[in-house]
Order: sequence, then structure tokens, then C-alpha cells
Amino acid sequence: MVIERTAAELGRLIGSGEVSAEEVTRAHLDRMTEVEPKVHAFLHVATERALEAARAVDARRAAGEQLGPLAGVPIAVKDVITTRGMPTTCASKILEGWVPPYDATVVERLHDAGLVVLGKTNMDEFAMGSSTEYSAYGPTNNPWDLGRIPGGSGGGSAAAVAAYESALGIGTDTGGSIRQPGAVTGTVGAKPTYGGTSRYGLVAFSSSLDTPGPVARTVEDAALLHAVIAGHDPRDSTSIPAPVPDVVGAARLGATGDLTGVRLGLVREFSGEGAEPGVTAAVRDAVEALTKLGAEVVEVSCPHFPYALPAYYLIAPSECSSNLARFDGVRYGLRVGDDGTRSLEEVMSLTREAGFGAEVKRRIILGTYALSAGYYDAYYGQAQKVRTLITRDFTAAFEQADVLVSPTTPFVAFPFGSRTSDPYQMYLADLYTIPSNLYGGPAISVPCGLSEGLPVGFQVMAPTLGDDRMYRVAAALESAIPPLTPPAL
Amino acid sequence: MSTAYEPVIGLEVHVELGTRTKMFCGCPTLFGAEPNTQVCPVCLGLPGSLPVANRAAIEATIRIGLALNCSIAPWCRFARKNYFYPDMPKNFQISQYDEPLCTDGWLDVPVDGGMVRVGIERVHLEEDTGKTLHIGGATGRIHGATESLVDYNRAGIPLVEIVTKPVPGTGELAPAVARAYVAELRDLVRSLGVSDVRMEQGSLRCDVNTSLNRPGEEWGTRTETKNVNSLRSVERAVRSEMQRQAAVLSSGGKVTQETRHFHEDTGDTTSGRSKETATDYRYFPEPDLVPLAPDPDWVAALKVSLPESPRAHRERLQAAWGLSDVDMQAVVNAGAVGLIEATVAAGAAPAAARKWWLNELAQRANADGIELEAVGVTPGQVAELQQLVDEGTLNDKLARTVLDGVVAAEGSPREVVAARGLAVVSDTGALTAAVDEAIAAHPDVAAKVREGKVAAAGVLVGAVMKTTGGRADAKTVRELVLSRLSQ
Repeated sequence: MVIERTAAELGRLIGSGEVSAEEVTRAHLDRMTEVEPKVHAFLHVATERALEAARAVDARRAAGEQLGPLAGVPIAVKDVITTRGMPTTCASKILEGWVPPYDATVVERLHDAGLVVLGKTNMDEFAMGSSTEYSAYGPTNNPWDLGRIPGGSGGGSAAAVAAYESALGIGTDTGGSIRQPGAVTGTVGAKPTYGGTSRYGLVAFSSSLDTPGPVARTVEDAALLHAVIAGHDPRDSTSIPAPVPDVVGAARLGATGDLTGVRLGLVREFSGEGAEPGVTAAVRDAVEALTKLGAEVVEVSCPHFPYALPAYYLIAPSECSSNLARFDGVRYGLRVGDDGTRSLEEVMSLTREAGFGAEVKRRIILGTYALSAGYYDAYYGQAQKVRTLITRDFTAAFEQADVLVSPTTPFVAFPFGSRTSDPYQMYLADLYTIPSNLYGGPAISVPCGLSEGLPVGFQVMAPTLGDDRMYRVAAALESAIPPLTPPAL
Repeated sequence: MSTAYEPVIGLEVHVELGTRTKMFCGCPTLFGAEPNTQVCPVCLGLPGSLPVANRAAIEATIRIGLALNCSIAPWCRFARKNYFYPDMPKNFQISQYDEPLCTDGWLDVPVDGGMVRVGIERVHLEEDTGKTLHIGGATGRIHGATESLVDYNRAGIPLVEIVTKPVPGTGELAPAVARAYVAELRDLVRSLGVSDVRMEQGSLRCDVNTSLNRPGEEWGTRTETKNVNSLRSVERAVRSEMQRQAAVLSSGGKVTQETRHFHEDTGDTTSGRSKETATDYRYFPEPDLVPLAPDPDWVAALKVSLPESPRAHRERLQAAWGLSDVDMQAVVNAGAVGLIEATVAAGAAPAAARKWWLNELAQRANADGIELEAVGVTPGQVAELQQLVDEGTLNDKLARTVLDGVVAAEGSPREVVAARGLAVVSDTGALTAAVDEAIAAHPDVAAKVREGKVAAAGVLVGAVMKTTGGRADAKTVRELVLSRLSQ
């Protein structure tokens, strides 16, 4: 079936004319019609525009143009990324109906490479959450078990790819929002080096952490997409003006199954404790599989990693309290209480009260407090120091190891409602993913097996601008274990 | 005011830079465009947009800092200043907080024949806000307004904030020092060519801090007076605030730390926001921008390429014009240095140029309560006027009348002369007829003159001036009268 093909295969088939981009797009739209009522991965499906884009690719091919490797391949974009003329809500009521007048750089690059944007995917409101339960438009269901969460915040893109509704997805990773959904849906999710992919058009949650990245079913597909969206963007001052590492070549090299001479660092602070036994076991098996491919294993110590979670929950909310200030009902989006009797402050306040969900408000309040006069040094300032120490931990660890490995998330997909009553239990989902965000280096989650019938993710972390290394190791692991296929929906 | 108190003043000046594009996006910065036509996703703060710093604005700020003898930070950052207001698209302003680009400089300011050195605390770069127009309220402010309109054209225009150190010890001269500082700063910034520094258009805006203390005691509580939008207002605002605070203190009261608003019409200040309700701006380093680390070689190159300072420039002009210190000070106080210079450049003699600007035009500006530059006459027009006098087309009195026409926007001096028919009557035949007429009308006066009482000729000259509507050259008429009566 067309929908089960990898993006790389679809690209080849479309490029050679064996199948048209329009057929591929229709097949995925048909799949959506079939499974969306069960999965609810999308907030907006752009049927007509997708078909138009697909036909344009077919026309270019017919005209003799040489197409790129992903031309005509369907993709689902997380709804936190702006798309010109297509709604962008960030899964929030406050942006309901907002249609951006511009495309994010990432989206521009998708269009330039001929990818077909199918629509916008569900997420936790403003990318704050680990389960999509904080979407204002209802959660997304995990294709592996519809009663369980698909991870978050980018659960929609991961579920869409896992359920064969789309070959590829775009996510954004602030504390694990690409990798953790990847882990719990049995898909591949990569967070590139911070600054390796442009944030222009990514509606900011935490500016110093947010990173757009690829969601796919194979490591090679993720690398192909990574290569399309990465690279310097003058519109993002934090974008790195350096060449993109050869991630595709690295993924293909890894797929040969040879890791001779590659040193895997096992983070002592992340071994065992906190993770479910099934997760620990699957990760241990994966490390063993990698050693059989020639990799060496070294234990490294990152003593400040246990402070990553608390530091993150000061830095990210602080930045978000400022970034989300612009949603006030004055210029766009929801406006509540403007009946001519209320003051501007009251209208702003009522709008924000009605427009933001509980988790977003919690983080705005946390961040506002952490930045307040008299508290700044104790909270935000202190967290920045921890961030520096974590960066030093990484730098030291990468002197002993080429990559660091760990579980992606401590637990497999959990049932809906099981962690919403205790924010801390929800925050623990990102325990292993957050350090890379604070450091800025790349990290990828690749499926490594099942625990209690549900996918387990294996995380590979690499040094800044060493994105190619993680693709090599992830692809090697993928080649060494049997593929995971979700049950029929 | 009573000398029982010593003032300490401080000034915060905001200068809108004249860069071609805005601080963090590529939108144009032209003044006076249709509302909300010079905007884009970045300066509107649309979700997902990101700022990119304008190199030209950074360069201009460094040049201002260098001209003010500041140190240039080798590494600094932008910071977010968070507060909610509808003219701020993001509800935070990108500014600088504890890491300004330029620090610790000074500016020498001529006051009352001497120099006062004003310390510069910092010079930093930020983005301007939009402009809000409140409709329906009595005060034009947000309270009581029925509608508020926002124009975001100004949002994101680069703004340089220049903050002085506290200036103590100027006593009764404090208002004049404040004014002279702003004038000197304005001239300095203008000489750098980085802003048109027009207070009436808001491209130079000023807040003044004032406090009073008894001699020998600690400095008093200060107030910050906003909305001070002309040089004259700077002086009036400081004076008014000194008088108000002196009255409060003399009656045993305490000065409240607060923001006050200056009112051009009354010259008074009224209470604004008090410290108790002041916003906590929750400053933190702007994560969307990378730190600023100006290359020391670049800074050094900017330093050596600074233009002549206004002070050096003035000294050069004073020598060229042959003025005494007192006369030059009068020119400076009137804000006429550049105007006279331009008038001389347009062909007028320095003395004549000075006479027109300092006497005739300064009087008009004072009477209208406006700046000399705003009086409506250009240096080129003054030079043209003087040329008409020099070539005998106009006498002094007629020239003043022509000036009225120029001020009334009737055109250039030559156009006004033509339109109003104001040229001196130089037709000797016509003048001789008018003289003969006057002699005939005043036979007794004519007789006295014939008897040698030459002073009496003034009556006849006056009569001729009257019949010609002032359009004659008095000296010529006098010569003509004497010559007719000696025949």
C-alpha cells in the first residue's frame, strides 16, 4: 500500500513517475477519512491546497524537471508553525481562526522542496505538555492504543505518521516535544542542534529552547527531512551560519550496520532510576545490539543532569510568560468582553482568562513570578547557572564518548487522565530529553522495542552541530532490530 | 524661587534614529505616512516573527556614545522590558537593561558664559512603540476615552536613550542648564547625521528628573516629568517643578516620587503614576537576539571618523564671524548657530545674517513661543532678503514687510516683492515729483531748511516716505530734498 511506503521510497516512485504525487496525496487523504475519527491527529486538513501542490509537482516532473528526493511526499505540520493562508491555532482558543499572513521558514523550505502539506496537527496548547491532553480542541489518540496518550506536545504529528496518515511530520522540541511523542508512538523524532533549523514562524514558547525538527517512520526519512528544513536563516538571529552536517549520508552509513570505533556514553545519572522496568530492559537490549555492531560502551557522569528538570521549569516558563504576552485580544485572535463598558485592561484580562488553558496559565504565572523583582536572581538567574553547568557536563562527556544514549522517556504511553491531576508527574515525561534542550545539542529518539506491547524510544544525544553522529547510531540500531508496526486501526 | 533649596537635575533623552529601516525589520521609517502602512509581521509582533538587529542603528548608537566620550561595551545584550500596553505589539519592548552599549561619558554644555560638564550615565538602544490616539476623553489620555486607535508605523523605529548622571550644584541656573544640555545634545546628534532630532516631530523627546534638598543635606526625592517636547519646555518644566517642590517643602510637606506630566499651555506639571503603582518590568536578556560584541577595530575606526564637535564648530565660526564671547553666546542661546551659518553660506554677510536671525526672527519666535527654526523662514530666504537690501531694491523697513510675507508663506522674498509691489521707488523722476509735492505742502519747513536748519528736512523726508508708502530709500530722499532746496 502506498501509505505504508517510506518517504524515501515515495520520493523515488514519484521521481521516476511510477506513481503520481496526486495519487500519493489522495491515498493519504483517504486514510485520514478512514482513521481520523479514531486518532484525531489533525486540527486542520488542507485537502484542496494539498492536491493543488501535488499536481504542481506532477506538472514539474512532466515538464522534465529533476525533482528533489522528497518532492510530492505528504507532510503534516504541527500547528505551532505559521502557514500562510492556513489557520494556525497552537491548539489554543486564543488563536482560534487566526490565519497568518506569512509562512514559517521551515514551511517555505518544505514548499521549495516540493513536499505536500496535508494540514496542521494537534498538540498541547502552545506546546506545553507531554500528552496532547492540553489541546483546547481535544486530545489525539495513540494509534497503538486509542485509550492512551500519543505523547506531547507534538502528539498530532507523531500519531499522524504512526497511523500512516502522513509519511512525514514537522514537530518542535522545547523539552522533548518531538522525541517523547516519537518514543511513545514508535516513530522517529529528531531535535536538531538549536539554531540548526530556523525558528522564524514558530510561535514561540521558550525562545532559547524551541527547535523545529523532523518526525518520520525511519531514520533515513527523518534525515532527508532534516536536510530539507535545516540551514542558516537570516531572519532568525539565533540561526547558526554553518553548513548542515551530512545527516543523510550519516543515516545511510549507519544503516550498513557497522559502528566500529563509535563510543556510546551511558549516562550514569540516567541509568535505571525513574524508568519503568520494561523501558530499562528494552534500552539495555538496544545497547547490547549496538555493541554487536562494533560500538564501544563507556559510562559517563553528568552530575548536574538531575537539576535539568527544575532549571527547565524556570527558564521555559519565564520566557513563555513574556512570549505569550502578545495574546491580548488587541490585534488578532480572541477578544472577550469588549462591550463598550469595560476598560482596556479588563478586556485584555478577560480575553486571556478565557483564551488560555490551565497549563498555559500555570506556566505564565510561574514565569512571571520567576522574573519578578527580588526573585530573578534566585530563580531565573540560578536556572541559567545550572544551564551552564549542564553544558559543561555535556562537553566533558563528549570527550569520553561520541554520543550519549538513554531512554527517551521513563515510561511508555500512559492512559488518558492518569497524569493530568499532578503536573509534576506529567513533567517527568521529559526527564531524559530536557538536558539536550538546555545544552542546545541535537538528540534523536528511535524505536528500540516494546514494553507491555507499547513502543519504547531510545535516545541518542550528540554534541552541538554533530547531528550526523546521532543519525548514524540511530540508523544502525534501526537496522539491528525488527521494525515495529502498530496494530490495525 | 527661594535659595533655601539646591536642585539636582537629571535628563533622559530619547532620539529616534534616522535609519532607512526599523530596528528589527526592514520596514521604512518615514515620518507622516498613512497609519499602519509601514508595518510587517515583525514590527506588528505577529506570532512566530523574530527580530534581527539593524547594524546601522548599532553603528549610530556607538557613534553617539563615542561623541559623548563614553566607553563602548565589548559585549552586551538586549533585554526585554515587559508591560502591557496596546501600542506595544508584543507587550514587551526590546531594550537594554544592565548591559548598555555605551557607558560613563560626559558632555560640556555652555551656560551663562561658562561651561557645565554633564556626566553621561549610559546610552542604549531600543525600539520605539506605536502611537495611540485616544478619542472621546477630555484629556486626550486613555482614561475617559471612548475609542483608542493605534498606529504601528512608529513601532520598531530605533530609539537611542541617553541618560545623564545626576547634575547637582547648578542652583538657579538648573533650568538653563537643562535646556542648554538638550540643545547641545541635539546639535551633537545632528552633527553626526544619525537623526533629524526634531522635537516637534518627536524624534527627540525628553524627560526631566528634578529634586530639591537643603544645602548640605542629602538629595531629595525626585520626580520625573514627561512630555517635555521643546527646548523652551525643558527650561520651563524644570523651573516649574523646582517652584512646586520648593512650595511643598516650605510648607512642611514631602515630595512624592512620581511621574509628572508637563503641560505646554499652562507651563505646569501634574501628577501621573506614583512609585507605589510602578510596573515591575521583569527585565531579562532577549533570547531572540544574540549578544552584541562590537569589533574593537570597528569602534576605533568609528571614533577617528567622528565629525567636528558642535563646540569646536562654534569656536571656528566665532572666529570667522569676529564675534565676542558674549555675542556668540547670544547666538547660541537663540539656537541660531546653524541658521546663521547656512545664511552666510547662501551669500549673506555674517553681520547681516546675525542681525536678521537674532533681532527680527528671534523676536517673532519668542512672541509665538516657538523655536527659531520653526519660524517659517529658511536661511536661503534670509540671504535673498539681504541681497535685495544690498542691491537697493529694499530698505530696512520694506525688508521687514517682505519678511512678513515670507513668514505668511507667500513665497520667496523676490516673489513677495513682486506680488506686493514693495520695491523701493528708484525712479528719480517720480521721487523728485514727490519731493516737490512735499516742499509745496510744507512751505514753512522748506523755508527753514533753506535758512540752513538742515534738521528740519526730516519732516519733508517723512512726508515723502508717507506718500510713497515707505517704498523709498530714506537716505536718497533726504539727499533729494536738500538738493532741491539748495537750488
